[in-house]
This record gives sequence, structure tokens and C-alpha cells, in this order.
Amino acid sequence: MKNNWPLWEVFVRSKNGLEHRHFGSLHAADAEMALENARDVYTRRNEGVSIWVVESKHITASNPDDNGEFFEPAQDKVYRHPTFYDLPDEVKHM
Amino acid sequence: MSEKEVKNLEEIFEQKIARDEKIEPKDWMPEKYRQTHIRQISQHAHSEIVGMLPEGNWITRAPSLRRKVALLAKVQDEAGHGLYLYSACETLGVSREELYDQLHSGKAKYSSIFNYPTITWADIGAIGWLVDGAAIINQVPLCSTSYGPYARAMIRVCKEESFHQRQGFEIMMTLANGTPEQKEMAQDALNRWWWPSLMMLGPTDAESIHTEQSMKWKLKRKTNDELRQQFIDQTVPQADLIGLTIPDPDLKWNEERGSYDFGEIDWDEFWQVVKGHGPCNRERMNARVSAWEEGTWVRDAAMAYAKKQEDKKLKQAI
Ligand SMILES: [Fe+2]
Ligand SMILES: [Fe+2]
Repeated sequence: MKNNWPLWEVFVRSKNGLEHRHFGSLHAADAEMALENARDVYTRRNEGVSIWVVESKHITASNPDDNGEFFEPAQDKVYRHPTFYDLPDEVKHM
Repeated sequence: MSEKEVKNLEEIFEQKIARDEKIEPKDWMPEKYRQTHIRQISQHAHSEIVGMLPEGNWITRAPSLRRKVALLAKVQDEAGHGLYLYSACETLGVSREELYDQLHSGKAKYSSIFNYPTITWADIGAIGWLVDGAAIINQVPLCSTSYGPYARAMIRVCKEESFHQRQGFEIMMTLANGTPEQKEMAQDALNRWWWPSLMMLGPTDAESIHTEQSMKWKLKRKTNDELRQQFIDQTVPQADLIGLTIPDPDLKWNEERGSYDFGEIDWDEFWQVVKGHGPCNRERMNARVSAWEEGTWVRDAAMAYAKKQEDKKLKQAI
């Protein structure tokens, strides 16, 4: 019987105040086992205070081949940056 | 894609690496890059996993609780290293099952050093000190390799390795300062592990087929011979410090080079072990394969349980 455990992605918050960050992946039969495996594989030295696991197949990723057009809309919007605005030198704290 | 288009993509790709930009899993990459990385990362993962076997041999017989918890933690780390690396390797589009298959069928290699036996407690000291020591020298440059998931895995691995080496050296130091029998045991372990550790850093540059391409892709940042010299230069003073003798009559400080000259390595032995004729090749593979096969029912049961729980949840929802 071919019964391979599915792949899960692991996200860990290293301490409160920080976001969860992708740490890697692992195989587990279900979510509970994925959490416990993630604890043993990725937080053996207090690297985390919170773990998220999500089955890899549920992640939709953008395709880097399309990066040009996909991220293009942000490219010509210089007015979104503070340096776009010309102010006299006398203006302080801005 | 036409040949010209591929060539163009390859050029952009090589420039990216030259600029120290990382390659991530979904980025376009030449097929050879993918295959070379699958080979190297999986070999590396297999080595971590098989590397647990010689040390696991001594967990139940460690001489004190302090030594036992440390060894247990070290071996557990090696399992973790294997898992970080398998997971990095899988991002290249190969499945875990295929990787295990390659190991179990003998198609994939693992570091030949793990085909030597651990016959005394001092071997555990020698492995931590020398084998993990050589591994660190090999691995540190890989923290800045070009493939993102591999580089990130290596950063985690390197952070954890230093305790491995220190616990090994502490074992050797304690034995070397102990009774004459204990010191002899330490010396004997050094005698047996020294040369295999030098071999672990790979064939000489003249014999090494992958070096040039690997340098370009930052899979290698120093040649095998450079790494070996670095290992020898840092290890000899450590042996001196605890009063053990490196088993090499030709070992001599070379003032001019600022490095140690050393004796001829027996490469025939190395190739024999690589080809499967080392003292424990068969034993290691048997242990791996039977652990995998005898664990089948556990993996199946876990999946059956997961499915049952899932079905239950669905029923309740209706
Ligand atoms: Fe390791
Ligand atoms: Fe290690």
C-alpha cells in the first residue's frame, strides 16, 4: 500500500512581536502530527513561541516567470515615496 | 523553447548568481543545475541520516547521564539536519519517497566516513571532534551558496554543529587526561578516525570532477585540498593541547607556507569504501532499509487514523 504522508509548510513566530516566518517543510499524517513534528524539527532550542502548519497543496504561489507584468503596476508610482515631494530645506521634522 | 532562448535564459541565470542573487524554487534554472543540486543536497541529507547509526550505537552505553543526554541531543540534531535538507531538496521537484528509494537501492551515496565502526566510547569523542569538525569546514561556505533553500538549511545546520564538535572534543580531552588505559583508548580512536576524516573532505583537486562548475554555482567556495589543509591546520594544535599524537609521521609545520605538510592519503581505501567495500557499508544499509520497511505499518496506521478523523469531522458537519 502506498500511503505517503503529505507535505506541510511550517511557519514559526520566534517571539511575540514578530511575525510568523517560513521555516521549512515536513511530512506528517495530519495537522496535529505536523505541529508536533514541527516542534521537534524546527524548535529544539526555543526558536519559537507559536507554530502554524499548512498543507503545502493549499498554498498558491505567484509565478516568478510572470514577475515582470505581475509586479509592473508598482513600478511607475514614484509618488508613493516621500522623496517624490519637493519641500524647502527650512521645513524640519518632515 | 528554442536553443537560443535557453542560452539566453542561462546567461541571465549565471549573471544572477555572479551578482550573489539567490535562486528560489520556482525560478527558472538550467536542468543541470537542478540535477546537480538534487544530487548534492540529497547526498548531504542521506549522510546526516546514516550518520546517526554509528553514534546511536553508544547512546545506551554512554558512561554517564551527562554524556548520554548530550549524545542523544546530538543524534537528534543529525535527524533534524537530514530533515531540513530533505525538505530543501524536495523544493527542486523530487519527492521524499524517490530520495529514500535512491538511498535504499544504493543509487545515492552518503558520506563514506559513516561506514567505519564505533568500537569504543572514545570513537564518539573522535567523531564529534573530527567528523563534525570536518563537516563544519565543509558546511560553513555553503551558508552562502546560490540555491536559497539549501543556503537557509545550511545556516540552521551550522548553528547547531558547534555543540557537536565541542561535546566530542570534551570527551577526548577527558579520556586523554584520564588513566593510561583511557588515554590509550583516545589515542586509538584518533588513530582510526584521522585518515578517514581527511578523506571526508573529498578527492584531491586533480581528481575532483565537479569542482569548476560547483565553484561557479557557489556549491563550493574552496577546493577540497584547501578545505583539507584548513582542517589539518586547525586540528593539529587541538591534539597537541590534549597530549594526543596525530598518526602521521610526515606531519610537519612548514614555516614558509604557514601550514602543516602532511603524509600521503590512502585513496585506494577511500574508493574501496565509496564503492561499498568499507567495514560497515552493508550493516548501515541494512539498518536503514529495515527501519524503513518495518515502519511501514506505523505510517499506514497514521494515515488510516488521519483519514478516519477527517471523515468523522465531515459527518459531524453534515
Ligand atoms: Fe549534522
Ligand atoms: Fe553534527
